[in-house]
Amino acid sequence: MIQFLQQIVNSLSLGSVYVLVALGYTMVYGIIHLINFAHGDIYMVGAYLGYLCIVRFHMGFVPALLCTMVGTMVLGVIIERVAYKPLRNASRIAALITAIAVSILLEYVVMYFMGPDIKTYSAVLPSTIYHIGDVVVTFQQILIFLISIALMICLNLFVTRTKTGCAMRAVSADADAARLMGIDVDRTISITFALGSALAGAAGIMVGIYYNTINPLMGSTPGMKAFIAAVFGGVGSIPGAMIGGFVIAFIETMVGGYISSLLKDAVVYALLIVILIFKPSGLLGVNRREKV
Amino acid sequence: MCLAIYGIVAVLIQTGLLSSFYQITLINVCINIVLAVSLNLIIGFTGQFSLGHAGFMSIGAYATAIVLRMMPNMYGLLIGAIVGMILAGVASLAVAIPTLRLRGDYLAIATLGFSEIIRIIMVNGGSLTNGAAGLSGIPKLNDWTISFVAVVLAVTVVANVIRSKAGRNCIAIRDDEIAAEDMGVNTTMYKTMAFAIGAMLAALAGAMYASYFYVIKPSTFNFNASINVLIIVVFGGIGSITGSIIGSLVLGVLTTMLQDLAYLRMIVYAVVLIIIMIFRPQGLLGDREFSMRTFKRWMTRRKGTAADDKAEG
Repeated sequence: MIQFLQQIVNSLSLGSVYVLVALGYTMVYGIIHLINFAHGDIYMVGAYLGYLCIVRFHMGFVPALLCTMVGTMVLGVIIERVAYKPLRNASRIAALITAIAVSILLEYVVMYFMGPDIKTYSAVLPSTIYHIGDVVVTFQQILIFLISIALMICLNLFVTRTKTGCAMRAVSADADAARLMGIDVDRTISITFALGSALAGAAGIMVGIYYNTINPLMGSTPGMKAFIAAVFGGVGSIPGAMIGGFVIAFIETMVGGYISSLLKDAVVYALLIVILIFKPSGLLGVNRREKV
Repeated sequence: MCLAIYGIVAVLIQTGLLSSFYQITLINVCINIVLAVSLNLIIGFTGQFSLGHAGFMSIGAYATAIVLRMMPNMYGLLIGAIVGMILAGVASLAVAIPTLRLRGDYLAIATLGFSEIIRIIMVNGGSLTNGAAGLSGIPKLNDWTISFVAVVLAVTVVANVIRSKAGRNCIAIRDDEIAAEDMGVNTTMYKTMAFAIGAMLAALAGAMYASYFYVIKPSTFNFNASINVLIIVVFGGIGSITGSIIGSLVLGVLTTMLQDLAYLRMIVYAVVLIIIMIFRPQGLLGDREFSMRTFKRWMTRRKGTAADDKAEG
């Protein structure tokens, strides 16, 4: 029972990370129907930016977090303008391959400049441990969870209450109609990328602080799992990504804890295939009919 | 069969003159050609975006390795390759049937998921696959002749499939699946067939790899391996067999030449890929093929022009 509760606590922090990354995937897919393979690597760049801020420039947690988010925001917009915008009307395969190429580019550029070895974060947050009964909760876990929830709430408010957020939803529903209504589609898409990338960057730096080590290839597997979380909740649905992130993290932690740590990845991939067979639109997604 | 057979025989003669360093490149190119044409069958000719090719290759590689360790001779290689191909074919059914309804992006992710599952199974295979350390000490029975035969076999199979009724059905599926279904094409059957043939050839490539490189590990057959084959296919032309062959050659040579630059090489790859996608997304040859027919036509066209000039002059 204690182990079960402990696993739940662990899965909450893992889930927060997955949600932040999944939100980026789901927003971008909702708006331009592209699986941004490079998103996991934006998360990785966020971790590295955080490393630079904290270890090289000796910033505190909050300034580092803000700088990282701004940095990844800018990176996301640049990628969108340079690599994805020219391919807006191209075939699916071309766009997907470009996304893969950008992913490779990010990984190897970081490897080139920072080296392929792991880097360690210096301690920037107090490592106090709380005990609730026999369950161990660290201050870092609580902070990650709270910050993630705060970011999710901000995003939700932005998307539902502001004009730009409304524009984002409009472009997701029908880009041409949105254009006819006077919405600047290009700018909206760039803002979507910016938001998604900022969240991924936040996730990256928090993971760096929590797990202490980072490496250039750390983005691929969490990126995949965050994408699976987005699919689970319904690609294009923001609340769906939030639910999906926590559910996937929960399943992964449970399988890892109770069955086998080697098989947990396989279970998550198998889950993806099951979802795609039975309900490809995910939990909260909309089933799009293909018109001939 | 529209291949320049003459050219192939000439290359065969070269085999005694290359140092072992270049031979490795040559065999690698052969393996990549088999992988590229088989992936092209799935992606280029049937329009199914599969990112899981490395999984099928690993099945072939492991099957061959296991059989070869028990029977270290040519029969072992043959049996291992056939066993691998059959297993990969079965696995491809497991991949194709659930993913029949998926399109584009989702299909890509699903195939990637399958490939990763296969890889994780290999890691957890206990004493049979030796886990993450992989299998070593595999007898080296592959050489230029065998690789060459394998390449000819693979290209022949794919070329003949494309030019048959089945191939035309596959191309119809690629161009417009709903229209093809309306025209009575059994999309289920042909998609599965494309996957199966592609998987079996990938397993053949895996067998070639295992019997040349002594060691195989699950990490060799990861997502990056699938991406490498995809890059070759895209570079040469999605839907062009000749393109895949040329792509394998060019990229194989480039890899060897740029070997020292490690990370820079991958950065260059990625940038070149992005540029190709933006400016020429259909790849080097698009969906054109180099065949004896086109060659003859090109020759007679030039003669024809000269005759016209004479007539006018």
